[in-house]
This record gives sequence, C-alpha cells and structure tokens, in this order.
Amino acid sequence: MHTQNSFKLGKFLLEQRSIVALLVLIGIVSAINPDFFTVDNILNILRQTSVNAIIAVGMTFVILIAGIDLSVGSVLALTGAIAASLVGSELPVLLVIPAVLLFGTLLGGISGVIVAKGKVQAFIATLVTMTLLRGVTMVYTDGRPISTGFSEAADRFSYLGTGYLFGVPVPIWLMALVFAVAWYVLKHTRIGRYIYALGGNEAATRLSGINVDKIKVFVFAVSGFLSALAGLIVTSRLSSAQPTAGVSYELDAIAAVVVGGTSLMGGKGRVMGTLIGALIIGFLNNALNLLDISSYYQMIAKALVILVAVLADNYLGSKKA
Amino acid sequence: MEYETLLKIKGIDKSFPGVKALSNACLSVYAGRAMALMGENGAGKSTLMKVLTGIYSKDAGTIEYLGKSVAFKGPKDSQEAGISIIHQELNLVGNLTVAENIFLGREFTTPWGAVDWKKMYDEADKLLARLNVPHDSHQLCAELSIGEQQMVEIAKALSFESKVIIMDEPTDALTDQETEALFKVIRELKAEKCGIVYISHRIKEIFEICDDVTVLRDGQFIGESAVSDLTEDRLIEMMVGRRLDEQYPHVDVPQGDIRLEVKNLTGSGVHDVSFRLRSGEILGISGLMGAGRTELMKVLYGALPKESGEVRLNNREISNSCPQDGLDNGIVYISEDRKGDGLILGMSVKENMSLTALDHFSEMWRIRHDSEQLAVDDFILMFNIKTPSRDQQIGLLSGGNQQKVAIAKGLMTRPNVLILDEPTRGVDVGAKKEIYQLINKFKQDGLSIIIVSSEMPEVLGMSDRILVMREGRISGEFSRAEATQEKLLAAAIGKSAVKN
Repeated sequence: MHTQNSFKLGKFLLEQRSIVALLVLIGIVSAINPDFFTVDNILNILRQTSVNAIIAVGMTFVILIAGIDLSVGSVLALTGAIAASLVGSELPVLLVIPAVLLFGTLLGGISGVIVAKGKVQAFIATLVTMTLLRGVTMVYTDGRPISTGFSEAADRFSYLGTGYLFGVPVPIWLMALVFAVAWYVLKHTRIGRYIYALGGNEAATRLSGINVDKIKVFVFAVSGFLSALAGLIVTSRLSSAQPTAGVSYELDAIAAVVVGGTSLMGGKGRVMGTLIGALIIGFLNNALNLLDISSYYQMIAKALVILVAVLADNYLGSKKA
Repeated sequence: MEYETLLKIKGIDKSFPGVKALSNACLSVYAGRAMALMGENGAGKSTLMKVLTGIYSKDAGTIEYLGKSVAFKGPKDSQEAGISIIHQELNLVGNLTVAENIFLGREFTTPWGAVDWKKMYDEADKLLARLNVPHDSHQLCAELSIGEQQMVEIAKALSFESKVIIMDEPTDALTDQETEALFKVIRELKAEKCGIVYISHRIKEIFEICDDVTVLRDGQFIGESAVSDLTEDRLIEMMVGRRLDEQYPHVDVPQGDIRLEVKNLTGSGVHDVSFRLRSGEILGISGLMGAGRTELMKVLYGALPKESGEVRLNNREISNSCPQDGLDNGIVYISEDRKGDGLILGMSVKENMSLTALDHFSEMWRIRHDSEQLAVDDFILMFNIKTPSRDQQIGLLSGGNQQKVAIAKGLMTRPNVLILDEPTRGVDVGAKKEIYQLINKFKQDGLSIIIVSSEMPEVLGMSDRILVMREGRISGEFSRAEATQEKLLAAAIGKSAVKN
C-alpha cells in the first residue's frame, strides 16, 4: 500500500515535472534572495511574462497541429503600429481595440490560408508572412516609432498595459483570461478535439469527415488574434509602437511551448503546460537579474532550460509507452 | 528430430510492470526448415523476437545459437551473428538505391577510404540474382513495389550470411504473385540450410510453406508440431484455446429495398462501375491489390473525386465531393489502413471512436462529455473491446481491438451504408470471429454493408453477393451460391478458367 502510494506520487511528480521544476526554481531563488518571493516582484514577473505567454498560447494551437508560426512578432509590430496611429488620431479606444484584434486575426488567417489552400509548409508560409509583415510595418511607420499622443484616448488606451484591476496589473488578467478560454476550447469543444486529431494524423482526420483546412485557418487566426492582443499590450505600455517590436518573439513563444511539454510533432500537449513554460522562463530571467547575473548568461541559462526540458520529455515521457 | 538445431530458445520469462508478457516461452529453429510462430495478437510473438535480438532483457530462460549460449546486445549484434529479422514495416531508405540499402552502414571502401561503388553494386547484383529479382541494384528503393522491397530486405539478410531469417507478417501487403515469389525464395533458402521463422496469421500460408509450427498463447509455449501432423482446425484450437466451430457465420436475412444504386461511376482509378446494394445485404468486393477496390469505396465516400456517373441512395441522387458529404448522406468508410488514415494512434479509444460522430455529442460547440462517454462505453461493451479504460491510448491496443474501435467509430454516425475495407487485416482469429458476428448483427438490423477483402474465404463466407474488380472495372458478379475461389480468382486475373 505504501509503495503503491509512493509509486503514484512519483508518477504524479513525473507527469507534473514542469510545475515541480517551477516550484524548485522559486524555492531556490527565494532562499538565496529574499526580494524574490514578494507580491510586488511576483506581479512584476507575471506582467513581464504576459506578452510572451499570450503569444505562446496561439503558438500552442499552431504547434498542436504540427505547424509553426514565425509571423507572431511581425503581427505584433504591425498591429501595434496601427493601434498607435488610430489612438493617435483620437478614435475611440473601444473601437480601436476590436478593430485591431480583428485585423490581427485576418493577418493570422492569411498564413492559415497559405498553409491550408496553398499546401505550403507552415514554416515557409509564416516565414513569408513574417518577412512581409515586418516590411509592411517598416513602410507604414517609415522606420520610426509611432506615439499614441497625449489625448484622452491615449490615456484610456494606456490602461491596457499599465492599469490595475483589484490591485493586479491588467495584462495579468488578460493572460489569465486567454489561458482559461484556450484551455476550455481545447478540452471541451469540438474544434479543440479536432485540433488534437489533426496534429495526431491528418489523413485520418480528413477521412473522418472533418474539414481540415478550416481548422488550419482557425489555429493561425487564433495565433494572429493573440499576437494582436500582445501588440496592443506592448503598445499601450510604452504609449508608442516600435517598428522593431516583437523581433524574435516567435522563438520565445516556441521555447515556452516546448518547455511546457507540447510536442512539435503535433497532437500532444496542453495549454497549461505552456503557461508553466512561459513562467519558468520568466521567473528564471527575473531571478538571474536579481542575482546580478549578466544578461549574456541569461541566454545560456535559457538555452539549458529548453534543452533539459526537451531531454526530460524524451527520456521520461517515452518510458510510459 | 534429426535436423540440426540452429537456435533454441527455452523457458523465457519476461514481465513488464503489471503484465507478464512471456512465461516459459520456447522456440526452436532447425536448419533447412521453416518454423511458423503462431498465436493471437498479444500472444507474445513480437516480445519473444525482441528478447531474442536483445531489445528487451529476459527475466529467465536461455538462448542457444549454434550450440552456444548467447545474449545479444541489440538487433545489430544479433544480425552480425547471423540472425536477421524482416519486419512488417520495411526499414529501407526510399531515396537510396537497392545496393546502398543492402550495404547501408557497411559500405565497401577502397584503400583510400572512399566508397567502393563498383564492388558494392556487383555484390548487390549477385544477391539479387540469387533471389531472381529482375531489378538492377542501381534502382531507387522507392520505385520498387512492397514485394520487391521485401526481396531487398531478404538480400540484405543474405549479405550478412544469416543462418536464421525471421519474417514478421511478410505477406500482409503482397499481391498473390509476390507471395508466390516470396515462397519460392523461402524454399531456396531452406535448400541452402537456412532456418526460417515465419510469423503470420494466415493459416493457409503456414500449411503451404512451413514445416513446423510453434504456438504461443498468452505468452506461454503451447506446443511445437510438424505441420503435416496438424489440421487447420487443430491449429486454430491451439491458438485460441477453444474450438471455433464455424469461422464465417453467415446469416440469411430477408432482403429489403434497394439502398444504394451506382450507375456508370468513373473517377480516380475507377471505370464505369455499376451495382446495387439492398438493405440487410452484405456485398463482398474481391480482386487483386491495385484493382481499384479501395478507390471505388473512397469515391463513393467522397474521399476521392468522381468524374462521371450517378450514385443514388434511397432513390435520391447524391453527390459526395468530400468525406463530410459521404457522412451527411449516410455512407461511412472504414479504412484498410488503421495506422495510415484509419485511426489516430496517439489519441484515446474514446476520442477515436467519437471523432466522426462528435456533433451527435455536442451542443453548439461544446462537447457533452457525459453523453459521449456513455455512447463509447456502450460500444466497448457491445464490441467486447479489451481496453483498461476508454481513455487508453489506442495505439497500445492489439490490432483486433483497434479494428473494433474503427468499426464502432463508423457505426456511431448511424450510417445507411457501412463500407469495411479489409475489416480483419492484422486481426487475430478470435477477434476475427467476433467482428464477423458484429457485422452480421448489423446486417440483421437492416444495415447495408460492403466488405472489401483480399481474403477470399472471408468474402465467400460473409457475403450475400460478390463483385470482383480488375483494373478499375467490375469483372465479375456472383451470387453466394455460385461463387467459388476459382471463379473469383479467374475474374480477378482476367482468365476464363484457372487451374488450381
């Protein structure tokens, strides 16, 4: 009985190894530096993580169908620039936000259509949209930052990135909402089930009478939508849009997804894993900052975390089968 | 026995957490003889082979090879010692030539360290000539048929000077001619004093090509016997541990109205096909591989495009341009290729079973998990699917249980016409009979069923009427009473009469 329980506990720890890793990380750093585990610092980390985490949710959807979305950073930059200029021309914020989100959804949908109808690999298709949209952003902004200005609209818009609700920064609420909805969609809706099916075996999914192309367009549209949301947050926080915003964000998002245990082969993974993955990377960066370790070493640390996570998935995960 | 024993595996035990996979498993291989290794799916055949080649370590038992006790460290080790396994899934690199595949990782080199291409191709050609393969070793493997690729694997085994060659379900994907060619090679290998282990479900082949049989059941050694001392019934009894009184339980059902009417259907490898199907009728489709049977079914279902012709269901013209249309019109197709496009092996039993019918278990976009689970559990019970739970990953079930899930998946959509493509491929004898009984049950309920099968006894045993296809056309139609294996074969290969 005792061995059975310890066996179960071991299995649980093994399955939840990313949470365990996160808790161990928090524990160690808290012991070394008392400034780490404070409410202010935790909220600070969560707020910093929110942009990557939100993008990573979209990336999870795409990776679940065995795709990849390299265009998220470019979508973030272009939607951010458009949001900044719309707010700058003092359009009502409640109009600007849905319009920009819709625009981002369309941009993602374009990648999806290229993948689904053009039968282009996701890597290539989104390499195209990544480059294209970055170019469009540069043309649109003329390579200069766009300020949201000093109007009342700009003030209201800044709430998205800098505001607080019940003492918690708004981006954290948005992140929580995004994860909750994504979890629900993947777990409790038909399209969620179809996403896993498509990633597991496209031919079988097609033969099961499921419109595979529609799902492909859907997941890229979701990724575009969430990239636009991230673009709004970033622009709102800085009160301006940088034409080079979001460069290499796709890699951070992929890292969070992979550390969270989602397989790049598709069909396997959980959105809550992605949250843990994003948090591990976020907490690690913050901890290394607090410990006065240079940002050069932070890159090395991040690389090692990704490597260890993937190796653990390969060696521990495969034992079950 | 007076034959030289090449390999003697005795008393092997092997446990995995929670399962005893092998318990006192034995197998002997004799020079110049073919040993059939038989048993239902999950009987421990593959586990035993993995223990032999050192992929799994054994808990107990001995392996003697050429008179010496051995313990191989892995497939490479055992292959170099002269034991080759030809797996069901061939391990060839399509973009390399035949010779490159045969000598992959062991290329001949010149004194400078460059690859000695001439020697490699010469040696490969010699091996191919020995096997009577009419191909050049410069050809790419991807251009060869499955049967020819298998010959390449055998050539590779010969290049190791293998004494023991293990073949795992070698004829599963072969045409009849290719099977014949394979048997010829096996006979030659036997003449050269090789020992063959032949793993197959096809009892007919065992009687044709094997000299001895070893039967495993539930991981245990049941017996070894010369094939000549056995009857088919006795062999099946050894495998399943019970008598299978009638293998193909045909039931007579009063035929209903015409359900499906196909007129001059043409498209994707199908030419001018016409037939009718009534409710409560089982229509068998026979023919050689590549005769267009699967294509015809996929055109009906909507998975392949139709060019011309008319399909009427319940006297209403329908047009299926994608599988959704097929399902909406009440036609469902269960693929011959479970791994390829039939099931999603990484998903659970439940998720696979309900995938096609998910809208029956949904309100708007939301899945109603309770009603989904209820329906899945019903089918697990009705189909006697052996799975620890509905959440078990389906790839971990045996072929028979996977196939039951695949059929259940089709039935969940409540179809008018059920198309089963090779419904018992890779399914063990016991589960086969269960599947036949289920098919009959749905036939009695008035379902119209089409069975595509390469196993003639299955088509003959189950069908009310049989169509034979050849080169995309219907080349023969027989009632249950008039159909014989000879007539089906004659129609399939296009001769007026065939001597058996």
